[in-house]
Amino acid sequence: MSKVLIVAEHDGSRLNPSTAKCVSCARGIAGAQIAIAVLSADGAQLAAQAAQIAGTTRVLRVDHAANAHALAATWAPQVAALAADFTHVFGPSTTFGKDLMPRVAALLGAPQLSDIMAVESATRFRRPVYAGNAILTVDVTATQIAGTVRVASFEAAPGGGSAPVESRTLDVELPSHTRFVSVSSAATGRPDLQTASRVVSGGRALGSADNFKILYSLADKLGAGVGASRAAVDAGYAPNDMQVGQTGKIIAPELYIAIGISGAIQHLTGIKDARTIVAINKDGEAPIFEVADFGLVGDLFSIVPELEKLIGTR
Amino acid sequence: MKILVGIKRVVDYNVRVRVKPDGSGVATEGVKMSINPFDEIALEEALRIKERGAASEVVVATIGPADCQQQLRTALAMGADRALHVQTDAAIEPLTGARVLLALVKREQPGLVILGKQAIDDDNNQTGQMLAALWQRPQATFASKVELKDGRATVTREVDAGLETIEVDLPAVITTDLRLNEPRYVKLPDIMKAKKKPLETLAPADLGVTPGTQVKVVRCDPPAQRQKGVMVKDAQELVAALKKKGLL
Repeated sequence: MSKVLIVAEHDGSRLNPSTAKCVSCARGIAGAQIAIAVLSADGAQLAAQAAQIAGTTRVLRVDHAANAHALAATWAPQVAALAADFTHVFGPSTTFGKDLMPRVAALLGAPQLSDIMAVESATRFRRPVYAGNAILTVDVTATQIAGTVRVASFEAAPGGGSAPVESRTLDVELPSHTRFVSVSSAATGRPDLQTASRVVSGGRALGSADNFKILYSLADKLGAGVGASRAAVDAGYAPNDMQVGQTGKIIAPELYIAIGISGAIQHLTGIKDARTIVAINKDGEAPIFEVADFGLVGDLFSIVPELEKLIGTR
Repeated sequence: MKILVGIKRVVDYNVRVRVKPDGSGVATEGVKMSINPFDEIALEEALRIKERGAASEVVVATIGPADCQQQLRTALAMGADRALHVQTDAAIEPLTGARVLLALVKREQPGLVILGKQAIDDDNNQTGQMLAALWQRPQATFASKVELKDGRATVTREVDAGLETIEVDLPAVITTDLRLNEPRYVKLPDIMKAKKKPLETLAPADLGVTPGTQVKVVRCDPPAQRQKGVMVKDAQELVAALKKKGLL
């Protein structure tokens, strides 16, 4: 029988929605028992949140001062110790999971499947390669596997569960060779890109960081998150954490509005699970129009303020 | 200090890849091949560290068939001092790749290993982390800035929340993100010079590694295509269409 261990992603007080999406993925394995590992400095609150995710069998809480920051070198040996009698060890395919899970896999001597987008059985999965231009169906022959779950491919498992929480103390030597220094993020107060139901994104056609303000203004009216193409981030118009695409964030909002984005393949990879795509671009031949549900050719600098006005008068 | 850089031969990033009609994989015959772009960034970073005087030698390594020598020669032309080619026609899974790199690390004793964060063919994003685990050394993944001082590296990492900075003791494994640097272009005289630089060929067995397969590809399909939608003529029509769909 399959036993799945999921490593919870969190900010110290709140679970990231990616955790409930991993549970959804694990529920695709028939009859799987699903445990969530919560590593943190003080996990009472976090463990309680994990226990509520429907489909969770139990929560393994590991409190340790060294777990205050998610350093892969510190977490991996602990996750590997917890994972001993599990068949599958999953984490989200966010920068957190991408950093951590291969280190866990190597400690277990297990192969890893990256970006699992569909579960066909306990040993058969689907995953994208070549920036999503090909989808592989793979069979795993190992007895234990690690995986990262492509969060845009799964709905978050609902709440309402009440799994038991077990506190664990692990006899694992933790390294001191890796130290957290700082994290800086432009706290915008806008919805998180990876969970927002609406996202407005801008490309190089915006022309400057200052011009991005018209997007922020539109986004605030819509209650939307704001993203950017790689070209816009490379040009310095937007910070790296706003990048949407193959090497940035893969998102699946209800509504995605691409403004001044031509639609390079690596960008399209990041948005193809969006429910509705709107494209606004002055070049009618731009590839973004091939995937857009609604396309509008024109000057973004007149269209965006007009849109904002029209939405305001609903 | 010696720096070891791992590179992979992949389908060039400008090629529009096609899934073969029989579903056995992606067509690679006659397709332009290049150094994985993230690995080029890794090599560029190593060369800059050496040019600053913080490293004495840059060794570039790859695992794969005979053709990979082209990419090793390109790396030598960029400025690497010598190359190691672990030659095999077997499919190399990330864990196997990490074991081969670990054997090279034991042999070469580098103070720093720099790899691309992922190869743009399999998009695995695993090898660097796995090498660091097997080597029991630090990892600093998705690096956008690297500073070396007193046997330590301070690395800024591109993470979902923004930019994270960590400090690691050397030796360590660093994997590169896109904005770490812009790789240099290779000049013709450097290509000529590269032909004389040492390139050593080894077999996985020489390093005590037997490539195995734990993940078997059953099928390769093209992705589901989105339907092309409709064009609207102005902002008003767009808002009306979105309202009709219940999106506004």
